[in-house]
Amino acid sequence: MDKQLQPIIEELEKDFGVSATESLGEVSLVLPAEKIVATCQRMQDLGFELLSALTAVDYWPEEQPRFHVIYEFSSVSKNLRLEIRLPVRGINPTIPTVSHIYRNANWRERELWDMFGIKAEGHPDLRRILMPADWEGHPLRKDYPLGYEEPQFTFNFEEINLRKPYAKD
Amino acid sequence: MPDIQEVTVEDLKHLVSERAITGETMLLNMGPQHPSTHGVLRLLLELDGETVVNCIPDIGFLHTGVEKNMEAKTYQKAEVMSDRLDYMNPVGNNLAFSMAVEKLVDLDVPARAQAIRVILAELTRYQSHLVWLGTAALDLAAMSMFLYCFREREYILDVMEMCSGQRMMTTYIRPGGLWRDVPVEFEAAVRNILKTFPKRIDQYEALLVRNPLMLDRTLGIGKLTGEECLNFGVTGPMLRASGIKWDLRKARPYSGYEQYDFDIPTRPEGDVYARFLVRLEEMRQSLRIVRQALDKLPLGPVRSNNYKFVPPPRSEIGTSMEALIHHFKLWTEGFNAPKGSVYHAVESPRGELGVYLESDGGPKPYRIHWRTPSFDNLQSIPLMAKGVLVADLVAIIGSIDIVLGDVDR
Repeated sequence: MDKQLQPIIEELEKDFGVSATESLGEVSLVLPAEKIVATCQRMQDLGFELLSALTAVDYWPEEQPRFHVIYEFSSVSKNLRLEIRLPVRGINPTIPTVSHIYRNANWRERELWDMFGIKAEGHPDLRRILMPADWEGHPLRKDYPLGYEEPQFTFNFEEINLRKPYAKD
Repeated sequence: MPDIQEVTVEDLKHLVSERAITGETMLLNMGPQHPSTHGVLRLLLELDGETVVNCIPDIGFLHTGVEKNMEAKTYQKAEVMSDRLDYMNPVGNNLAFSMAVEKLVDLDVPARAQAIRVILAELTRYQSHLVWLGTAALDLAAMSMFLYCFREREYILDVMEMCSGQRMMTTYIRPGGLWRDVPVEFEAAVRNILKTFPKRIDQYEALLVRNPLMLDRTLGIGKLTGEECLNFGVTGPMLRASGIKWDLRKARPYSGYEQYDFDIPTRPEGDVYARFLVRLEEMRQSLRIVRQALDKLPLGPVRSNNYKFVPPPRSEIGTSMEALIHHFKLWTEGFNAPKGSVYHAVESPRGELGVYLESDGGPKPYRIHWRTPSFDNLQSIPLMAKGVLVADLVAIIGSIDIVLGDVDR
């Protein structure tokens, strides 16, 4: 672990009750979801100016927790990197928004809603971002099928056409 | 047949001003087929006369579900999709993916492979900047720039074809090394590029940098401060044009970048003109890196000999039973990566290109997320577009250097 990272992690452990794990040379902190706003504020004060990535992992059929929301922070001034993982429970979870602290979280939280169905509470503009506005379901969830289209030939065109799902049917 | 859905101002009224609701200002669609949006980007503009009041980007036209598709494929097969994300930087995407996999399974890469990776990644950066320079100048009506840049780009694509058989979607960098060694003509071809291209950059500069038309269109347009850039997650040349010296090749050197001597160009202004200058200087620095890497290109293997993860060379398959078994296992079921997650970022021509890779112990990535730089860079456009003219907005879009495949994934 980086020597500069040690005091930062100790501070976060003391104030927010995070638990740090290190694997494959990477440090990640696990944090309860309700503390993320205060932690993000602190991260910015600690010199982590850049929210590099904000994404999630779906552990379906596990539900306690079903998702991990992952925040990758970078510090340009100190050249550090830190990962925070937020376990969230249930099928339709919500997390507090951090888009007022890191403004690029705006689109990244929209992507979370679009792809995983994780709602960011207090988000100013929570619409779908990559999928069409009238799309149903959240594609990156593990219980969402990958999608497969049967090839249609002249001899079976009509037969497949009848049972083929079309968008917004 | 379901009813056709009308999208009205009502749905977007939290994003436009009061005057748009009353009809005082005009809402105008720019794109998705407008030539200067560099792909299928749609901007919904609220205009007061010709001044942009609000700009609402609408993305997703090029969404192909790459992340979902990769989860269903083994590591070797998933890599082929990474080229298609940022199609101006296929080698960089391969590099990011391969390095993430190498970190996950703990693979060593031979020195020769690392040097060739650097050469190809820098040539790709150069050709990406060439495409940007051509199209961004074309947006400012400098027609001839486009032709010059695409002429030069062919030489680099020829080198890619020579190595991998493909001009753009190379998949030449593989976890554990390279697909195979470079051909004998490689060095002469790259030397030829190194000889010719510096003069060409001087010519571009002569054509653009002190051109009064260019200065009128770019000076003081689309300003971003360093803090705004960081807050919006903007990285790459855009961040460096706002005065922040941040380059992952220097900050966290990978693939042997620490051996090469190069500078990170920065400019304090943060406008469209500064982005032009930073990228032009970056092209020079790329050539510098390529020259150094080529001069001390080590000899030796280009692939790791850990056959649990890397396919054995073709020559061994005919004579060695183990090699045949490894080959068969790797191309039918793939290799099992240990449980865990990694995040690895490299510097793409557009900024921080990160791969978040999580494995559940099986042969396929459980979750792969691409942190693509264009996605965050594009997000700053509503801020830059406020109060500019529509013609300036065209210059701003050009200066971001977006690749829509990179935005929509």
